[in-house]
Amino acid sequence: MGRKLLLDKAHIEGIRYYDVYRKNGGYAAAEKALKSMSADQVIEEVKKSGLRGRGGAGFPTGLKWSFLAKPEGVPRYLVCNADESEPGTFKDRYLMEFLPHLLIEGLLISSFALGANRTYIYIRGEYAWIPDILEEAIADAHKNGWLGKNIQGTGFDLDIYVQRGAGAYICGEETALIESLEGKRGNPRIKPPFPAVKGLWQCPTVVNNVETLAAVVPIINIGGDEYSKYGTGKSTGTKLISACGNLNKPGVYEIDMNISVEEFIYSDEYCGGIPNGKRLKACIPGGSSVPILPANLLLTTAKGEPRMMTYESLNDGGFATGSMMGSGGFIVLDEDQCVVRHTMSLARFYHHESCGQCSPCREGTGWMKKVLLNIENGKGKMSDIDLLWDIQRKIEGNTICPLGDAAAWPVAAAIRHFRDEFEWHVANPDEALKRNFGLAHYADPLPVVAAV
Amino acid sequence: MAEEKKLFKVKIDNIPVEVEPGTTILNAARMIGGDVVPPAMCYYSKLQGSGGKCRTCLVKVSKGSEADPRPMPKLVASCRTTVMDGMEVANITSPEVLDARKGVVEFLLLNHPLDCPVCDQAGECDLQDLSYEHGVSGTRFEFKRRTFEKEDIGEHIKLHMTRCILCYRCVFTADQLTNNRQHGILGRGDHSEISTYIKASLDQTNFIGNVIDVCPVGALTDRTARFKNRVWFLKPVDALRECHDPNCCGKTVLWMRGDEIFRVTARKDKYGEVEAFICDTCRFEKKEPQDWVIEGPRKVARYSVISQGHYVGVHKPHETVAKVMDGRQPKLLMNIHTVSEVNQPTVDLSKIEGPAHSNDFPKHNGVQ
Repeated sequence: MGRKLLLDKAHIEGIRYYDVYRKNGGYAAAEKALKSMSADQVIEEVKKSGLRGRGGAGFPTGLKWSFLAKPEGVPRYLVCNADESEPGTFKDRYLMEFLPHLLIEGLLISSFALGANRTYIYIRGEYAWIPDILEEAIADAHKNGWLGKNIQGTGFDLDIYVQRGAGAYICGEETALIESLEGKRGNPRIKPPFPAVKGLWQCPTVVNNVETLAAVVPIINIGGDEYSKYGTGKSTGTKLISACGNLNKPGVYEIDMNISVEEFIYSDEYCGGIPNGKRLKACIPGGSSVPILPANLLLTTAKGEPRMMTYESLNDGGFATGSMMGSGGFIVLDEDQCVVRHTMSLARFYHHESCGQCSPCREGTGWMKKVLLNIENGKGKMSDIDLLWDIQRKIEGNTICPLGDAAAWPVAAAIRHFRDEFEWHVANPDEALKRNFGLAHYADPLPVVAAV
Repeated sequence: MAEEKKLFKVKIDNIPVEVEPGTTILNAARMIGGDVVPPAMCYYSKLQGSGGKCRTCLVKVSKGSEADPRPMPKLVASCRTTVMDGMEVANITSPEVLDARKGVVEFLLLNHPLDCPVCDQAGECDLQDLSYEHGVSGTRFEFKRRTFEKEDIGEHIKLHMTRCILCYRCVFTADQLTNNRQHGILGRGDHSEISTYIKASLDQTNFIGNVIDVCPVGALTDRTARFKNRVWFLKPVDALRECHDPNCCGKTVLWMRGDEIFRVTARKDKYGEVEAFICDTCRFEKKEPQDWVIEGPRKVARYSVISQGHYVGVHKPHETVAKVMDGRQPKLLMNIHTVSEVNQPTVDLSKIEGPAHSNDFPKHNGVQ
């Protein structure tokens, strides 16, 4: 059994409520941090733990916190990014729905470490029922002296506010989130200045993912050194993976980052394999914007080693033969799925969600969608595949925010690894409308020369 | 002796220049001038916070600074990136930059109607210049372009959203020049549009007319002047007027033909930016030569089409109709639009894909 740090008590009935949470060791970490540690000591523990941002980029959290500017007389803010909109990712929802006090405790400790007296949870509008859960938990925490003025007699003040978004993917980008929180149109800001210097209302701000902030609780509980013993290498601790697609047991799993991808998909403890005896064709290991991998490259790296569920191993080989851990939205496609259709559907999503601020993303995403729609509907040309490659190349890296990259990578990876499926779609338009390309050689043992 | 301000040494395309800290790469390049200046469609030096959106000014930073010589991993928007001491920037010497810029121009033109022949901005359009310089002649886009209905926002301004490239300049102008912004961006992605909320009129303040000058394309045009004349038939003249508005400089350009003033705009520099903003009274209401003190002809860039037409003076032909017709008034025998199969004013040419054909126009009953 894998060890759990975040979800170890998730099965306890009523853990959503303050009394049960407190009885099961809740708020012990907050007590420890506020009463016996200094803010710098907390940051030091988080640095020692090697915790990396769970929102997608995987940036070391302790380092991010140490970048926070601390000018005199200017308030600092902590913002919790609960705008979990990446298709395939639903781990934060699970955390907030079942363990709201874990998040509040994490926010309390992190705010204490950063010296923030106002903290915001920015939650996506589609999670309509979760703000009620969070607000109830915040009220309970207030009642029991864990929020408000002079928390537990330590002299530290903290208020947590829940702010709903209006359903825009782009507001998960930290500067767009800040704009939206300020009541403006959710357009990403141009960096620099970074939020650590000028964020919310031009004050230093840290924006962290829900899971990152929740993970601070076990770090304080067991200590940073102990936490870093979980996982492998630089991928320390546990990670929530939201598995979906063609799996026997889709859902949210907490993994110790030392298991292989193969174990995660096929073992009974986790996803339990692929239903109806189908074979694995492809997988997006980290949420819709990371590169898709064919089965053979997913299970083993280009060097022939088994691929592990860690930041490093998933990224092994760069984008040529690897992918990314991303936000942990693990999407599995079996042999009956069509990669072209799947790519089209992602391109449609990114087209719909582009904010329209900078030209490559605004115009390019729509163009890619239209070309892919043509290929999918049997009206494609061979030159369209090269055209798609060229469009994504001109979007990637040339935009204000990472959404441009996020829109370009899935298309690039699909063409890189599944070019023959695209070509088959173009060459056999009638057949492509009736049946799928199937598994083809995508699960053949390596070395397979990846196209492009 | 006062202590000298430390200047940053920067190299742009291997041309050294010393600039003050806090200068952007684009402005440093403008101090050098010439070909190394990256084009800018959304940046406007007079408007705070503008820039960074169109991505035409992307450059490569091949050396970050003296202290940290690492190159920047991505191309950066030169209008919003400040220089560091010892920074080395490649603009036209980097094939990567030129390639990316070509891509951006292609993206900008994807949904822009290529209706320059019927667009009032033709001849003074930044996008026209940009695509002439960096674009390709053909398009790879084989789909319908997005279109919008034309909109009158107020008495003086026409909005043709189809042509907009979403540079946000007009939004910043309204924000910073007027005390009550009435328009903004609605929607998102490529269907986002500049508009007023519930068709509000923009004529509330005296400076809103400047959105026409800052618009790089023909999306916002002057209703008092549009389609009255082509810019290259007009002669720009610097003129001055003592304006009662304290914020208006009164320094304008009159676009004249003979003694007739067709249009009044602010004075624009070589980067298409106004030197100072003017008020709506000067722009829309003062169109008589006696309102103005004329300073002399406006200098127009040599390559501009405006400088090509030497339409000096105007010789109005003598009115001969009365003499020829023995004092009778001419009668209209037919209206060409009622018999012609093409060129009907009811059909919006900008909404037709590709060149217009006779079957794009409805047939008249009985006349074939």
